[in-house]
Amino acid sequence: MKAWLNRAGMVAGFALILGWCLLPVAWIVSMSFKSQEAVTNGSPGFFPSEGGGAGWQNYIDVLQDDQFARAILNSIGISLIATILSVTFATFTAYAVARLEFKGKKFVLTTALVIAMFPVVSLVGPLFDMWRTLGIYDTWLGLIIPYMSFTLPLAIWTLSAFFREIPWEMEQAAQVDGATAWQAFRRVIVPLAAPGVFTAAILTFFFAWNDFVFGISLTSTESARPIPAALSFFVGADPFNRPASLLAAGAVVATVPIVVLVLVFQRKIVAGLTAGAVKG
Amino acid sequence: MATIEMKNIVKKYGDGFPAVNDVSIDVADGEFMILVGPSGCGKSTLLRMIVGLEDITSGDMLIDGERVNDLAPRDRNLSMVFQNYALYPHLTVYENIAFPLRLAKRSNKEIDEKVREASRTLDLDEHLERKPGQLSGGQRQRVAMGRAIVRDAKAFLFDEPLSNLDAKLRGQMRTEISRLQKRLGITTVYVTHDQTEAMTLGDRVAVMKRGELQQLASPRELYEQPANLFVAGFIGSPPMNFLPATVEGGEITLPFGTFPLPADKADRTAGKGLLMAGIRPEYFEDAAVQADVDESRTFTAHIDVREWLGDQQYAYVPYDAEPRVQDQLRQLAREADSDSLRTQLVVSLDSASQISEDDEARLVIDTDKIHLFDPASGENLTVGL
Amino acid sequence: MSTTIAPDADRTRTATASDRTRAENSLARKLVAPAIVLMLLVTAFPMLRALYLSLFNYSLTAPDDREFVGLSNYVTALTDSLFWRDTANTVMIMVVTVVFELVIGFAFAMVMHRVIFARGVVRTSILIPYGIITVVSGFAWQFAFSNSNGFINSWLPFIGDDFNWFAEYPSSMIAIMASEIWKTTPFMSLLLLAGLAQVSEDMIEAAKVDGASWWQRLWKVILPNMRSAIMVAVLFRALDAYRIFDNIFVMTAGANGTESISFLTYRQVIEQFQLGIGSALSVLLFLSVLLVAYLIVKLFRVDLAAARQEG
Repeated sequence: MKAWLNRAGMVAGFALILGWCLLPVAWIVSMSFKSQEAVTNGSPGFFPSEGGGAGWQNYIDVLQDDQFARAILNSIGISLIATILSVTFATFTAYAVARLEFKGKKFVLTTALVIAMFPVVSLVGPLFDMWRTLGIYDTWLGLIIPYMSFTLPLAIWTLSAFFREIPWEMEQAAQVDGATAWQAFRRVIVPLAAPGVFTAAILTFFFAWNDFVFGISLTSTESARPIPAALSFFVGADPFNRPASLLAAGAVVATVPIVVLVLVFQRKIVAGLTAGAVKG
Repeated sequence: MATIEMKNIVKKYGDGFPAVNDVSIDVADGEFMILVGPSGCGKSTLLRMIVGLEDITSGDMLIDGERVNDLAPRDRNLSMVFQNYALYPHLTVYENIAFPLRLAKRSNKEIDEKVREASRTLDLDEHLERKPGQLSGGQRQRVAMGRAIVRDAKAFLFDEPLSNLDAKLRGQMRTEISRLQKRLGITTVYVTHDQTEAMTLGDRVAVMKRGELQQLASPRELYEQPANLFVAGFIGSPPMNFLPATVEGGEITLPFGTFPLPADKADRTAGKGLLMAGIRPEYFEDAAVQADVDESRTFTAHIDVREWLGDQQYAYVPYDAEPRVQDQLRQLAREADSDSLRTQLVVSLDSASQISEDDEARLVIDTDKIHLFDPASGENLTVGL
Repeated sequence: MSTTIAPDADRTRTATASDRTRAENSLARKLVAPAIVLMLLVTAFPMLRALYLSLFNYSLTAPDDREFVGLSNYVTALTDSLFWRDTANTVMIMVVTVVFELVIGFAFAMVMHRVIFARGVVRTSILIPYGIITVVSGFAWQFAFSNSNGFINSWLPFIGDDFNWFAEYPSSMIAIMASEIWKTTPFMSLLLLAGLAQVSEDMIEAAKVDGASWWQRLWKVILPNMRSAIMVAVLFRALDAYRIFDNIFVMTAGANGTESISFLTYRQVIEQFQLGIGSALSVLLFLSVLLVAYLIVKLFRVDLAAARQEG
């Protein structure tokens, strides 16, 4: 009886988690199939009402929208560059933290920790002012630089945790086995470190992709505006009567790449997210 | 095949603490040398200096007569089995064993031959395509050995290779290592903290404590002629009993009574005040099971606990010692990495003995074999007798 | 066995360091420098700039009228009820969302820890809210709560189908917090799951044998042993929640008094071009985050070494 109850509880919990995670996603997908007229006239309910369906029309409209395409391009470019830069610098730092004994190790980790908790909105004012003076307001560069304020600590954080797990004595074993320092690094350390670096890159990309504060504050045109900001400006005059279904289709398109990444790299992402935060 | 000579090797930390202090050991060609001692004695550091993973502060390290102090590990042509095996997790068993050969850019055919041969020797054939993560502890251990034997290294180095295995497997692998070493006839240096491994495997054993070499001798000599209190206490299980003793007029006085002592031992130790007597458990016997008991060497003792092992039995006899002696015994136990809870005598008795717990028993002591140590320096005063 | 060997291994490492300390130190400095310099450049430098600007009456609409006013921007901010209202809002959001996330996240973690089937499915789906852009989450929930196009009104009992959630303060706040909680609970549950995995099964079984009920095992064995994981999760999430901006921007744009302190700062700088007072608010926001972090660390005795991943 008790075992049965336990099992029932598990199934219920399982269903609850799935519902929690997927319902709002299903909702936004469902909404993206509602037609614009139905939304304007009001179409409550989870699924598109009869006759209120739009088929793929919203998606076609979104994908044909130049501003939207441009925003996607901006987001991919900016996030990718920010990711590559921060993961590169963070790899150096994490290597030093995990592998070398040096004074100031604590300082490095504490700095990363403190900066990770920095309120990014605080940076918006001075950056807004400075970027206009320097002429990088509303450019990719103008976003990539401030992105470092949260991508770098995150990457340092995740990578140090990963690198700590690498059995570095392998390098020595390889040297005893007759490897040069370079061979030991290339044939033993790189294969062991690559998954960690890759995971850190995915997480960093997530964070960059998700940014909204800098995206709306430091851009004014479509030339650098990333997708979250573009979605939020996809409003029309009245903030309480947005083109909801079109927006939903845009949101789905903007979310798909991330969800695919999540699905493919689930295991690694979980490891990366929790590695830094829990003693292990 | 090679000799390894360590001449006055010193290793100092940044704070000046010597991890290894003036150690000289010669390892002959084909010899199985053991470095043993409690944790922190510098044995692993010494091994890592042989292989080149650790810089040498001063002294000379010679392999085959050539000074290798400044050679990189890869140029010393030694192979090493690490404590945690150091298997490459991303490579299969086959590639792990092949790794040193691939680095040496041998032909695929030669590599395959050598790997197959090693895998046959070590019974790894069915695991060649697996990754280390899928192997049991004993199998990983064998892969590590496989990686060591494929390349014709000058010597094998082992760093506590069995300490991560369970007791039964440890026994099996011990025999396996011994057989392999005899068959290959290769010079071997083996680090362990386990005195049983040291005694069973080694041609010679170097006992170390706090960076200093205590004694370098064959297992038998270590057991029968320990140079000092530390070696005497560290080697042997159950460990040697240490009792406060005084020698006067050809007789030795122990907490249990006064017994005659052989003349040569008495001469050397007479009038030296309070000494430390070292008596191995098997130097005692139940008087009831011995023929021709020398009455002058018997005493009555209260048996606290008895452990019957089938082929023999141990009995424990608590006694009171003065605080000064207790302190020293505790100090000795600490140095040997064990705990002494109380001052008690461990005696090994014949399995036929009918002694019962919580009872008085008459024991006989073989005073011919007693060692007497200077309590201050720890030196064995009766060495060679 | 391995415990007796550990000191040896540690010494070995120190010994290596001592020989190469100098070289290692300088290599480490070279490796660490770019990241540290960059991080400080993009945070400390603008922050100092904000500190400087906050001492001026400076509006971008009239940049030439910039004048030094000392601390009067701070006085203005701190005596304005708007600042305090928004701070109270922010603190409330932080406390409520973290409490809910902790409870729900822990329940999820327990389920994920125990569940024996379809682990992959659960763990993948739990990452989906985490991966979704906050702005999208805000939209999804805003539309879900909407009385013209949403489904929540028709699903909830006791709530009229035409109830407008965004017409007044309490219901708007509920909607905002729902979105926030939905999006970040998975992160919390993953952190707690990792903490849960650290609690040894043996210990729980020992407690069972000692006669502890399920509830007692939870409170006396499991939770105390997860303490550092919980505290680190709370610290991270609380500071994150204190910076709430995206959801408010998207869902209410601060209407009906739902502004957060981040939103207020943003509005002053970007929408009203009041760089002087905006900078003062930036500094105050930064200081209040520091204060919140300090209070959490002190009140809950968070082990910062654990947060820094030493251990």
